[in-house]
Amino acid sequence: MKRIGKYTLEVERGCYIIGKSSLVGDKEKGGTFKKYMKHFISDDRMGEKTFEKGERKMLEIIAKEAVKSSTLKLSEIDLFLGGDLTNQIVTTNYVAEKLAVPFVGIYSACSTITACLGVAGALIDAGGFTNILCTSISHFSSAERQYRYPLEFGNQRQSYSQWTVTAGGGFVISTRPSNIKITKVCFSKVQDYGVVDIANMGAAMAVAACDTLCNFFKDTKTKPDDYDLIATGDLGKLGSDILRDLMQKRKFTLGQNYADLGHSIYLFEEELYQGGSGAGCASSILATYIWEKMMDSTFKKVLIVATGALMSTTTNQQGDAIPSVAHLVELQRV
Amino acid sequence: MNKAERNEEYLEYVERQTPKTGWFNSLFHAFIVGGTICCLGQMFGDIIKAFNPTMDILRVGSWVNVIIITITILFTAFGFFDRIAKFGGAGTFIPISGFANSISSCAIEFKNEGLVFGIGSKMFFVAGPVLVNGVAYSIIVGLIYYICLLF
Repeated sequence: MKRIGKYTLEVERGCYIIGKSSLVGDKEKGGTFKKYMKHFISDDRMGEKTFEKGERKMLEIIAKEAVKSSTLKLSEIDLFLGGDLTNQIVTTNYVAEKLAVPFVGIYSACSTITACLGVAGALIDAGGFTNILCTSISHFSSAERQYRYPLEFGNQRQSYSQWTVTAGGGFVISTRPSNIKITKVCFSKVQDYGVVDIANMGAAMAVAACDTLCNFFKDTKTKPDDYDLIATGDLGKLGSDILRDLMQKRKFTLGQNYADLGHSIYLFEEELYQGGSGAGCASSILATYIWEKMMDSTFKKVLIVATGALMSTTTNQQGDAIPSVAHLVELQRV
Repeated sequence: MNKAERNEEYLEYVERQTPKTGWFNSLFHAFIVGGTICCLGQMFGDIIKAFNPTMDILRVGSWVNVIIITITILFTAFGFFDRIAKFGGAGTFIPISGFANSISSCAIEFKNEGLVFGIGSKMFFVAGPVLVNGVAYSIIVGLIYYICLLF
């Protein structure tokens, strides 16, 4: 692995994504990427007693399907990296027990998937690892009760709030060549610009995305137009508008090739406000839409900048601002 | 630029960008939904009064509350109270329906954590602060009332 500039890492040995899978909920399946989201669930609880158990079952299917699609066996996976939004990333912990492969939990809120892909890229490049499984998942009902109110509680959301997606995605990263390669990784600094409002996560996270993107462009001496797609994770409409403004101020213009996955995942419907958010947002779209578009070579060079808000309900109630993070990975079609 | 200035500038910018909720719409929705709930309450009261002309008016009021609370809890359990509330806002929250919904929704939500540590401890998760404030403010108002009566 080689360091370019101050923040960016270039993966020198081949590091490929050889398998993927995703599973989404009913609402997400009916959204913009309807055609691409082939695997979906209609029962939020997956026939289990609690939402948490349902989420676990979803993740187990995702992990096993990802391994299956890579034509490997579970015993050939050297390491499992993953995370989710529940306290102590408990969903992933339980699934790791079932998979029985060495596991390191990574919590980076909604940017978990790029953090996992970045770490996996670095570990594979360092040698010693051949196949690494990366997953991230989020579940509306389990996140909502943890971060906000009970589901049946009647309240009005802020017009600028976002909707946690019920979705997840898994990837198998390997030294075995395939069509999609992880080429560069840029880990993010944590940013805190004093945004306290828990409903306005887009504004809190936009600064982190801006910082990471600017660092990456400076380090690699590229500009936004050099990429077929620059996708942020879940800034929502408001957050992505803010990001465009912030980037403009720093002399980088995000053009038509920029999209926010959270903003795009749902069709425009008033009740979903600024769009989706959640750890499964970036991973599920990456495993479906972006994957297929890369396979048919519509996208050759893609930047994924999943964004995460790193607060907890406790710190938020104590009046602390929301720290945010945005890890970046560059993918290339080979 | 130091961090405090930077944050202040950014927060001002965010404030300008953030879409505002239309106050006229919110008020109108709350008026319609809250008004309907109150009319229904009046209707229940009138019906009870028509059947029991001798009943004390305070007693009628208690029965009306019981009916509205029961209906709200049923609506919450069947899962469509939150849709009415999303439209009505304060219109559903201010009448006793909001209170009934906040307690019953918590009870439904946390039943998986068990009777004692789930329902028992989380039932007043939303309604608790309202209760505490209600009691605190009524003490203050009571004190003021008492002092006024002295003169």
